[in-house]
Amino acid sequence: MINEANRAPASPTQAPWALLAYLLLGVAFGVVLTKSEVLSWFRIQEMFRFQSPRMYEIIVSAIVVAAISVQLIKRWGAKSISGEPIDVPRKALGRGIRYAAGGIIFGLGWAFTGACPGPLFALVGNGITVMAVAILAALAGTWLYGVLRPRLPH
Amino acid sequence: MIAAVILVSGAWPWYVAGPAIGLFVPALLIVGNAVFGVSSCLRHMCAAVVPSKAEYFRYDWKKTGLWNLLFVLGILAGGFLASHFGGAQNVAISEATRLSLAKLGIHDFSGLAPRELFHWSALATLQGFILIVGGGFLVGFGTAYAGGCTSGHAISGMADLQFPSLIATAGFFAGGLIATYFLLPLLL
Repeated sequence: MINEANRAPASPTQAPWALLAYLLLGVAFGVVLTKSEVLSWFRIQEMFRFQSPRMYEIIVSAIVVAAISVQLIKRWGAKSISGEPIDVPRKALGRGIRYAAGGIIFGLGWAFTGACPGPLFALVGNGITVMAVAILAALAGTWLYGVLRPRLPH
Repeated sequence: MIAAVILVSGAWPWYVAGPAIGLFVPALLIVGNAVFGVSSCLRHMCAAVVPSKAEYFRYDWKKTGLWNLLFVLGILAGGFLASHFGGAQNVAISEATRLSLAKLGIHDFSGLAPRELFHWSALATLQGFILIVGGGFLVGFGTAYAGGCTSGHAISGMADLQFPSLIATAGFFAGGLIATYFLLPLLL
């Protein structure tokens, strides 16, 4: 069975101008995460308690806009700025255990910290500097996964 | 000018916030075939700094991950800009949520996260340690195991109609609900 995670990640364009663009897009994303309040522990609790539609409206509209964009890119056969064909790699399903088990473990951490990885970095920028400790803990978690990986069901 | 208006604006309505998040997917693809996702930065950082024999970390992190590390550095800077120029932000959560959280003993609703739990001094308490260190660890382990987080699976993967991402996203919510309804009441 081909396990996609065994392969190294794909290599996007990394010309100097592109690297600057990723950095600037990151800045924009940090602003969006803050202004949308999706990085707030309070909002995440409100979402998991189904006490406001706001987070669901944000997530669903984000998926819809992204889905339409990806469809248009595929239909038009659009190329990236450097002229390469754009392609979104497929994730291998395998037995699917990794997605269910990893997903649930991630969800527990999402509710505890009130933040997924992007917001963790945005929160540090927002002055909640103790989240740097959560990032270090997340690195430890990823490292442990890498070590245990051959023994985990996927 | 536009950037200044964006920075001083208050919290955005969902119909601005959601589409704005979604647009990062085509933007990154068009810039350089980069798939929107944040959590792979954790793998790249491990590959870059932690010596390991694990095969998972043996690849050229600069070639595949430099873009992602810069994107994440940008996120940190963007958070700083938004808070520095946008002013202190109080989150207008629903009255029902305030009541639910008050029952758990949370009374300070100022800022983006409860001050009692997400502050350096809270690390010395059992609750704070479990939420910050335990929560962070679970986020890092879970996202590596699942092969993506909310950006990579719930937004990028779902937008591309990939079935594995649907399973992962269902898992994210299952875990979040378990933590919210069973674990947080025990802990707080």
